[in-house]
Amino acid sequence: MPVPRFWREQKGRYNLIGTYCKKCGKHFYPARSICPFCRRSGEIEDFQFKGKGEIVTYSVIHASSEDFDHLTPYILAIVKLDEGPCITTQIVDEPTDIKIGDRVKAVFRRLGSDGKAGIIYYGTKFVIDN
Amino acid sequence: MKIGIVSYGAYIPRYRIKVEEIAKVWNGDPSALKGGLKVFEKSVPALDEDVVTIAVEASRNAIERGNLDAKRIGAIYTGSESHPYAVKPTSTIVAEAVGATSDMTAADFEFACKAGTAAVQVCMGLVGSKMIDLGLAIGADVSQGAPNDALEYTAAAGGAAMIIGRNEDEIIAEIECTSSYTTDTPDFWRREGQPYPRHGGRFTGDPGYFKHVTNGANSLLKKLGKTAKDYDYAVFHQPNGKFPERVAKSLGFTQEQIEPGLAVTNLGNTYSGASLIGLSATLDIAEPGDRIFVTSYGSGSGSDAFSIKVTENIKKCAKDVPTVEKLLSNPIYLDYGKYAHHKGKIKF
Repeated sequence: MPVPRFWREQKGRYNLIGTYCKKCGKHFYPARSICPFCRRSGEIEDFQFKGKGEIVTYSVIHASSEDFDHLTPYILAIVKLDEGPCITTQIVDEPTDIKIGDRVKAVFRRLGSDGKAGIIYYGTKFVIDN
Repeated sequence: MKIGIVSYGAYIPRYRIKVEEIAKVWNGDPSALKGGLKVFEKSVPALDEDVVTIAVEASRNAIERGNLDAKRIGAIYTGSESHPYAVKPTSTIVAEAVGATSDMTAADFEFACKAGTAAVQVCMGLVGSKMIDLGLAIGADVSQGAPNDALEYTAAAGGAAMIIGRNEDEIIAEIECTSSYTTDTPDFWRREGQPYPRHGGRFTGDPGYFKHVTNGANSLLKKLGKTAKDYDYAVFHQPNGKFPERVAKSLGFTQEQIEPGLAVTNLGNTYSGASLIGLSATLDIAEPGDRIFVTSYGSGSGSDAFSIKVTENIKKCAKDVPTVEKLLSNPIYLDYGKYAHHKGKIKF
């Protein structure tokens, strides 16, 4: 990923900052600059999600792309945040009895890096919220 | 004007490796090692954890425990000897991730195992001079130990964050005084570009740890006219379980005084995080009026001593933030192969 692109998006990735439409009350992550429901009449503002949600579905990845090969096997899940949006994310710390519907919370982890000499990308992943 | 800790937070990765598992690979005697080191297992970072992620988690716990507005933070200093970048501050990433403003100063510190307490002292100066409202001082490490080196049995991962302020309504533990002792002692080092540190073996003991901790501690006690008996608890840098017990005894502190802050047994040596995790564990159980004596040690060499008095405000701390005891519970144990993978010891 180009460094400028990550830098532009890092606030959202670090702290789950998306957007909220004051008119219809819908939340968006990643951030949207226009409400897809209210269109021109929407009133969009930044919104920081609390970082809590539940697992909608998940898959255990054994064969990954080269960048994530060192992490296999890892769990990739769709998490529905309490405020509404669903996000695709990794569930870390090797839960052995993961189930659909499990509660999860956000944690700060490395997302990847541009090789050994390139920039390190940080952001949000999730753990089971016991 | 009083200066003190207004909140604190710790973070420890969930992964552990037992001393027996490391000894098995190198034909070590686990009973002798555990008896000699008084360390039974150590923490290991997850594959996606490093000093930045540990510092962020500890800092977020500190902000949550004190229910503080991160925008009040005027300085962030992260002490570590394992910053992920040689050039690019850990502290700026922490600032962004905790929601601090850009109107603040930040830098990274390195002084072997005492960079975290050095950060506390700098924050005390900035807060005391009213240059800033709150200062965030962090000690965190994912420390390195070469395969089959004595350090491999103890070098661990973890960190703690202290938020320093001067508002008497917020201070949970007043820092009554601090004192340092510093010399040029080459007991432990890591050269630029080298993956593992080197050390002087037993030389790290008497001329290193014991001389500096003893002189730093005595300097502070003398300055305050106090003795070990004036304190309810004491925390000493804990590279293993044996050193803090020996130095505590020689200074007149009892085993009961150091026990709550002796996290090293099931955690290992978290280097820059060690003294501050010990302090966090002690604050977790401290009551208003309790006095805590803290002395860190960093090879190279130096020590920072602190006299701390717990206030009534400690009762206001958020109760649902994880204590050190909670962070040490529910570990995930690794075998040596997985541990080597986690620590990047396997080169392709």
